[in-house]
Amino acid sequence: MKQFQYTRALTQQSAIDAIAKPGTKIIAGGTNLIDLMKRGVTAPDKLVDINHLPLKNIVATKTGLHIGALALNSVVSENSLVLEKQPLLSMALKAGASPQLRNMATVGGNMMQRTRCTYFYDTTMPCNKRAPGTGCGAMEGINRMHAIFGASDQCIAVNPSDMCVGLAALDAVAIIAGKKGERRIPFTEFHRLPGDHPEMDNHLATGEMIVGVEIPDNNFAKNSYYLKVRDRQSYAFALVSVAAALEISNGVIKNARLAMGGVAHKPWRLFDAEKALIGKPATEESFKQAAQIAMQGAKAYQYNSFKLKLAPATITEALKHAAGLV
Amino acid sequence: MEDEKDHALPGFEAEAKDNSRRNFLKQSTLLTAIALTPGTAVKAAEMGVGEKIAEAFEKMPIKMEVNGVAHSLSVEPRATLLDILREQLDLTGTKKGCDHGQCGACTVHVDGHRVNSCLTLGVMASGKKITTIEGLAKGDDLHPMQEAFLKHDGFQCGYCTPGQIMSAVACIREGHANSEMEIREYMSGNICRCGAYPNIVNAIQEVKAGGQAV
Repeated sequence: MKQFQYTRALTQQSAIDAIAKPGTKIIAGGTNLIDLMKRGVTAPDKLVDINHLPLKNIVATKTGLHIGALALNSVVSENSLVLEKQPLLSMALKAGASPQLRNMATVGGNMMQRTRCTYFYDTTMPCNKRAPGTGCGAMEGINRMHAIFGASDQCIAVNPSDMCVGLAALDAVAIIAGKKGERRIPFTEFHRLPGDHPEMDNHLATGEMIVGVEIPDNNFAKNSYYLKVRDRQSYAFALVSVAAALEISNGVIKNARLAMGGVAHKPWRLFDAEKALIGKPATEESFKQAAQIAMQGAKAYQYNSFKLKLAPATITEALKHAAGLV
Repeated sequence: MEDEKDHALPGFEAEAKDNSRRNFLKQSTLLTAIALTPGTAVKAAEMGVGEKIAEAFEKMPIKMEVNGVAHSLSVEPRATLLDILREQLDLTGTKKGCDHGQCGACTVHVDGHRVNSCLTLGVMASGKKITTIEGLAKGDDLHPMQEAFLKHDGFQCGYCTPGQIMSAVACIREGHANSEMEIREYMSGNICRCGAYPNIVNAIQEVKAGGQAV
């Protein structure tokens, strides 16, 4: 690992001032950043440790649930307010990483984690995300883990997070702080598609930091489910994952939220499939139809065409679990 | 700096010039550090101060309590907790497996919570209480989890065992050892290349059933 300067930010303002300088990165849990630094994928001149900022709180507000950016993944997943109001988030968090990593990883850090594309990690390979302009190794390479939605001719990597899939489904809002104060952006617009700039994972500007997320109150707690399909039963990144949340009244779907992981450069919200579910009976047939709608526009590469079948099957199965049919 | 530029294959050149490889590595590390370190260290280098002084700029003082013993250390910011435990404190019970947070061999407790020490910077663990595998036994009395791993053959080669045991203790403390399924899920961050999983689960179940304080 290349040498760097380490400083601790004792106030949010000092952290914001520090990250305005090029070559400076924030470190929170470090579970992704340290790994990337060891591999030479990234080499910051300076790390600003923000773990001493008061951003760990999980509190109910008048309209929802506020979770600080430094709340640990393990703490959030077992928090009584989260379990009561937003069990889908808890399920998504517990599907990610390992207990040790969840004890280190933070909510903000989880949002900032980079793709696990092997071509991004391997510094001897071309990668437009790591080194813009060098090409994409995955496009014609071993692209089994890669995107089937929203990819570009520059990058077909996927966002690896489970937590973010849950937050995207739950209409969360990301709270961002910068020199000009705070701004709030819908979670589904925090991450971006690769387009011509795959080096940018999200819409966070230079000099900005995540301070928290907010999840508006909803009626999904009774009927939500996170289903993750992976190469082994635990501790692996998703081939496909689905966050499903339903509001069911007398067997009829009143409201629905769906998002997929492992299929795109960002958590992939399924707006059209959600609309199609509203007013339908909560049956396997309705779920299969919604899954077909969700797959419109999907495009596979040489080694990931299995996802074209796996994704709709996972959507259907997640919805069946959410509806209590399984 | 001129010397550095002249060396097509610096490692060999340096040795040929009666410079030990160790010294060369030290120097080249220093140069790398200067290239990447803004501020005081760069100024120090520009002013031509020696390696020892520059090194003082690079290292940071930290304090941590490891297995009940207080330590004041001087560490590079890039040094992981794992490397500090093994290289500076000679606590080699904690193992380096993958060094990338994928295997769990390096699992230790920081302020009572299990973490991967390979992905923890020492400077970030400053002020914390660390427990390693060496800190579980009380003198010659093994910890109940250590006894159970012996009794149930919870290992073959033993390399992953310190991490497995640290994780197993945390698994029970967290309340995640209530069934075989739950234990398997909450021990998934510890990979065993020999496949001793069934025996590891048995050991954890026995300690859990025994109800002793862990």
